[in-house]
Amino acid sequence: MKIYVPMDSAATALGADEVAKALAREIAARGLDAQIIRNGTRGMIWLEPLVEIDRGDGRMGYGPVTPADVPAILDGSAQSLGPVEEIPFFANQTRLTFARCGVIDPLDLDDYAAHGGLAGLTRAIAMSSAEIVQEVADSGLRGRGGAGFPTGIKWKTVAEADADQKYIVCNADEGDSGTFADRMIMEGDPFTLIEGMAIAGLGVGATRGYVYLRSEYPDAIRVMRAAVKIARQRGVLGADVLGSGRAFDMEIRQGAGAYVCGEETSLLNSLEGKRGVVRAKPPLPALEGFLGRPTVVNNVISLATVPVIFEKGAQHYADFGLGRSRGTVTLQIAGNVKHGGLYETAFGLTLGEVVNGIGGGTATGRPVKAVQVGGPLGAYMPVSKFDTPVGYEEFDKNGGLIGHAGLVVFDDSADMLQMARFAMEFCAVESCGKCTPCRIGAVRGVETIDRIAAGDPGAADLLTDLCETMKDGSLCALGGFTPFPVMSALTQFPDDFVCQKEAAE
Amino acid sequence: MLDRAQAPSTEEIREVVTPLAGLEGPLLPMLHALQDTYGLIPEGAVPVLADLLNLGRAEVHGVISFYHDFRDHPTGRHVLKICRAEACQSMGGNALAAATLKKLGVDWHGTTADGAVTVEPIYCLGLCACAPAAMLDGRVVGRLDEDRMGKLLAEVRA
Ligand SMILES: Cc1cc2nc3c(=O)[nH]c(=O)nc-3n(C[C@H](O)[C@H](O)[C@H](O)COP(=O)(O)O)c2cc1C
Ligand code: SF4
Ligand code: FES
Ligand code: FES
Repeated sequence: MKIYVPMDSAATALGADEVAKALAREIAARGLDAQIIRNGTRGMIWLEPLVEIDRGDGRMGYGPVTPADVPAILDGSAQSLGPVEEIPFFANQTRLTFARCGVIDPLDLDDYAAHGGLAGLTRAIAMSSAEIVQEVADSGLRGRGGAGFPTGIKWKTVAEADADQKYIVCNADEGDSGTFADRMIMEGDPFTLIEGMAIAGLGVGATRGYVYLRSEYPDAIRVMRAAVKIARQRGVLGADVLGSGRAFDMEIRQGAGAYVCGEETSLLNSLEGKRGVVRAKPPLPALEGFLGRPTVVNNVISLATVPVIFEKGAQHYADFGLGRSRGTVTLQIAGNVKHGGLYETAFGLTLGEVVNGIGGGTATGRPVKAVQVGGPLGAYMPVSKFDTPVGYEEFDKNGGLIGHAGLVVFDDSADMLQMARFAMEFCAVESCGKCTPCRIGAVRGVETIDRIAAGDPGAADLLTDLCETMKDGSLCALGGFTPFPVMSALTQFPDDFVCQKEAAE
Repeated sequence: MLDRAQAPSTEEIREVVTPLAGLEGPLLPMLHALQDTYGLIPEGAVPVLADLLNLGRAEVHGVISFYHDFRDHPTGRHVLKICRAEACQSMGGNALAAATLKKLGVDWHGTTADGAVTVEPIYCLGLCACAPAAMLDGRVVGRLDEDRMGKLLAEVRA
């Protein structure tokens, strides 16, 4: 008998370690022949801790499980969710990037290879640098970190740059509220990221890589460091990658609690040991990146998607999607939602289908009021925009952005004036300080919103002007996009800004 | 962890950071190593780092002060980081944070009078599908309410 208990931090945050301990105790007490495997999460967070038992006839799910449920589960008398892969939330997904997450033991390289791992890297080794870059371009993959820039073009720039040393830098700063896909794959299938970075290295001629991983993710740091060590021992990393005669090695670096360090040039400064101040572009990091050398900076999900593109072929990946958004989007459904978790599917579902259909509406059972898509710099989408399809251009047309594809659902108790205020406050706390409209503007923004709340009739126009100044005068999207959540709150939910005023009068 | 009351000597500081000198961009790893060892960045570290990395003292200081993680003052015996970001707010995170701070009698960044707990804000732990969330000494907890928070704090204050 095999028993799976996730070690993902969302599962442990809900008590998975205690459940695993109770299982181990009970197994010993009963003298059962059972093996406990700590897998990643399947991404159905509302069912965590989700225990799976394989008695030889497939993996049956139980969840959410508490230690008290353990005896009944082992007796076979507990209510089961049935075969885990037939739970509609899971069965209806197209899992390409996350194919192995929750399935395998994250640090078992043989298990990884038995589930398609290393097939992509093996294929890439037989290809030329130009062919590797072309394959990524043909897949249509666009950066999943926020900006949606075509990954193939970025790689081509670095591949064609002439330098004695080039770098692959993985952006694992994942600071956006509502996002956890990076964390989930690093904890649940770390070799996928390592393999993707190695392919990138072969493609552009880089022999060294870094993962800049936020300090807020101690579990992911631990798993990634362990995985790199194993990959090195087993010859996936090192001087002779899988016997190819070519070198690639990497290191995990810990961030230090600055949101702005997710911005790629700030990240590079931080990696170099400097203040995480944003650099003016040009020069592009692709030409003058880490230590002034040509550098690929890609998001975790962008890089972790590369292996499956090489395993199944660029066309297979490109066949999924909508318009210019090719492949799958790893939606993170979060906040006040009934069925929260990670949902990988082709681009093209509407926002309403995701929130109400897949997410099942709010956790509190109250009506949905707004959904913030794309993190703290993303717009608040009202229910009237629920027919917006999930696609880069489609969201842009509707005043929103997909960003890292996190969705935070709010019920009707949300106070949108307070959310707008928080957006400004966050920008003020996290500003790198380089531009006045961001550094000072965000502080003024908080004050101006407080004046609206206090009933100042002219303050809303002031806020609008201030947002225009921030948009036009900011070097990066922290100052430049904070107006998205603020202005969407003000224009889509004017009642929250008016009622306060009247209440004050 | 070493005794925090006692300021480490230059030699001790050198011993912690010198093994990292061969890294590309060694300053952040060095600062993390110092904070892991002493619970803070000791005052005496600035000249050592400046000397070792050929930087000005002001520059080293500037780096330390840029990052929320690094501190120059000690914390309580435990550090509770409560998530203040949007997904946690959507599930009542603000009220939970306010109640917790009130109960402990501290403000953000404050330490309880008995020296047991320091409370800090954090912006997202990647636990947004099981909000509200917090981290106590590196251990994550999700779907918190006042009751669970109370039990958690009772554990460390006992
Ligand atoms: C303030 C700010 C924060 C950002 N945070 C992240 C982040 O946490 N992770 C990420 O991958 N990209 C982040 N980005 C986007 C990066 O600058 C960059 O576009 C991305 O890492 C490129 O990788 P990709 O092409 O694979 O998306 C951020 C940008 C800004 C302006
Ligand atoms: S907009 Fe803000 S965070 Fe971005 S570079 Fe300017 S000051 Fe720094
Ligand atoms: S720790 Fe981020 S504001 Fe103080
Ligand atoms: S917003 Fe609190 S864990 Fe993400």
